[in-house]
Amino acid sequence: MVVVGVLALQGDFLEHLEILRELGVETRIVKKPEDLSTVNGLVIPGGESTTIGTLMAVKDLGDHLVKHLEKGLPVMGTCAGAILLANKVADRVVGETNQYTLKVMNISIVRNIFGRQRNSFIANVEVENVGVVRAAFIRAPGIVEAWTPAKITGYVEHPTVGRVGAVAEQDSILALTFHPEITGDKKIYQYFVTKIKR
Amino acid sequence: MKLVDAYTYLEKLRDFIYSLLEYRDKVKESGLEVIPIREATPLVRYGFISMFKSGVIMDVTNEKQAEIAENAGAVGVMVLDKLPYDVRTAGGVARTADLNVIMSVMNAITIPVSAKCRIGHAEEARLLENIGVDLIDESEVLTPVDEKNHINKWDFKTPFVNGARNLPEALRRIYEGASMIRTKGEPGTGNVAEAVRHMKLVNRDIATLRGYLLAGDYEAIWFYSKENKVPYELALLTAKLGRLPVVNFAAGGIATPADAALMMWLGADGVFVGSGIFKSQDSENRARAIVLATSFYDDPETVVEAQKMVSEKYSMLGIDVRILKPEQLMQVRGE
Repeated sequence: MVVVGVLALQGDFLEHLEILRELGVETRIVKKPEDLSTVNGLVIPGGESTTIGTLMAVKDLGDHLVKHLEKGLPVMGTCAGAILLANKVADRVVGETNQYTLKVMNISIVRNIFGRQRNSFIANVEVENVGVVRAAFIRAPGIVEAWTPAKITGYVEHPTVGRVGAVAEQDSILALTFHPEITGDKKIYQYFVTKIKR
Repeated sequence: MKLVDAYTYLEKLRDFIYSLLEYRDKVKESGLEVIPIREATPLVRYGFISMFKSGVIMDVTNEKQAEIAENAGAVGVMVLDKLPYDVRTAGGVARTADLNVIMSVMNAITIPVSAKCRIGHAEEARLLENIGVDLIDESEVLTPVDEKNHINKWDFKTPFVNGARNLPEALRRIYEGASMIRTKGEPGTGNVAEAVRHMKLVNRDIATLRGYLLAGDYEAIWFYSKENKVPYELALLTAKLGRLPVVNFAAGGIATPADAALMMWLGADGVFVGSGIFKSQDSENRARAIVLATSFYDDPETVVEAQKMVSEKYSMLGIDVRILKPEQLMQVRGE
């Protein structure tokens, strides 16, 4: 039986827990370093990446998480979660940010790439190995570059911004710039769970 | 905790009210044409608010304070012309903040920026939507322009947060289109007593409604709706969920990490801190400490750690609510 943890420092972790439970997966709330050793996979939810990063750094959870990731703990980051995994982070308006991130995935991500909240939207995204996913992009970031071993596996076509990376994969790490937990699309969770079992 | 129903209520709410608007969107789609991208739908508004949970939104009056808030780990800032405490001292008419200040804050930080408009002032709200604020607070801290009616918030793409002192008030605001509720408390006092009272009033009514439902007494739910001037469907939904149908933050008088943790224990999804941070003399530490205490409210050791980061010598002085004259109360504005 796989146990999936959901990082519950801040954000919409309850929605992730609910979907995972509907899939029949055992779940755990992760808030402290010792919680990490009890899970086979981890979801980093949406929320404010600066807030989650700050809280991770205060409690040393980040350093422990990086060690687990290096050992191959599968992780799925959605929106803020994807930002926290990225090696390079910039903001569309203020440029380079000095926010705390885990820097474990070879992707470059631009925060708020589509604009502010009024520019948030829902769209379908075709994801490699998964299929079409209904995706809520909320003040969403975009993956603008990926280098080996990371690879962009899904794009969103935006009328003004153009083609932007929405999903990236690097071995056991999966990053999504949107929220499947808001639209309730379970396909991507099923894929993540199979990745854990593999 | 509220692990229960978090996702279910999202879905139910969509079914109930929000689907009406989704339907309106659908009608706009002509014939078989597929619109691949749909901007600012009710689901997007609701989803955005759910990202705030377990977080702190801080009142700021300028760019510098906004940066302090962001660095401390706030999930958002609320831009005001004057902090609630100063609104009290200054008197006069309190209006929406200087648009130039709001825009300079939006350009300086990456977290969501909210601003307040006066109750009933749809034009101030339109201005705020137009410059692109992420969340509009139709707030009793400012001077209301309509004593009877609130803004019809379904007309806007930007999500709204409204204050409420009890469940009926909250449900009326949700019915008008609010995507988020904050219990009012008594703003600018540094005294959390009223916030506690409002949260407990909300909890009590929810428990009562839930009791009716479990007893199968739908007539009692109907009677509650009628007496309190709220839609029956919303009262029923609340009874089924066992909580407010939208995200609920606590506000009004939160001044210390312990205040924030207390409100989380009482069932708040997060907290607004108004004058508490920038009217204290240890703003930066206090901001960090309140963020820590809000996220880890269920871990007493961490709350102790957070409380030790601030000194009571530096807390805002505060005002005892009982010495305020009835006309000085802000919470009674806009029922």
